[in-house]
Amino acid sequence: MSDVKKFMYVNRKAPYGTIYALESLEVVLISAAFDQDVSLAFVDDGVYQIMKGTKTDGIGMKNFSPVYNALGDYDITKLYVEQESLDERGLTLDDLMDIKYEDEDDDWAEKPSIKVVSRKEMADVMDQQDVLMSF
Amino acid sequence: MSMLHTINKSPFEKTSFEACLNHVNGDSSILMIEDGVYGAMKGTAFSEKVAATNGVALYILGPDMQARGISEDRLIDGVKVVDYAGFVDLVTEHDKVQAWL
Repeated sequence: MSDVKKFMYVNRKAPYGTIYALESLEVVLISAAFDQDVSLAFVDDGVYQIMKGTKTDGIGMKNFSPVYNALGDYDITKLYVEQESLDERGLTLDDLMDIKYEDEDDDWAEKPSIKVVSRKEMADVMDQQDVLMSF
Repeated sequence: MSMLHTINKSPFEKTSFEACLNHVNGDSSILMIEDGVYGAMKGTAFSEKVAATNGVALYILGPDMQARGISEDRLIDGVKVVDYAGFVDLVTEHDKVQAWL
């Protein structure tokens, strides 16, 4: 297990207007197959990716929001959301999806995957990574 | 001559939205589509600039708004929601269209 590296996927774009958000999600799911330590960062317009209440029938595109709820099943349990990015956009934690995972070390208790952090804390978490990928 | 301005970029990512606001006249309308719909939300770091366009009619494309999880009660006062047919009506009601990309 000494081969385990810390991978962070940095999401900075709004969903649906461009393909970045969906492509990031695809790569994240692929990375889950390699037993690495994976975390996601939502910064700037990236915070829009995990807003709740999305309905895409009107634009004829697949709604990929439900996939975020499945990340916990792939042991992806760390979704860092930047507080300042939420503030600038008039958003709070209540506007985001209630993404949870089951903690196997704690009798499979349901715990929130989203961690709201300050810009400074986000910089520190990024600093702790081995590999960062930007979308 | 009345102009319909369409804007499809997030005001937080590109300067297009601000450029659009800087070039609208009183008899113009702005239609927010795709990622431009984020500019219609109230309580953001950008909403005051949008609200300051006195007299300019503001529209938002409903399907793009719904796809992004934005409900009508989050919109800046006075922003009207249109569907695709309403988009076409706006194009025909104005003399020309300027698309801010």
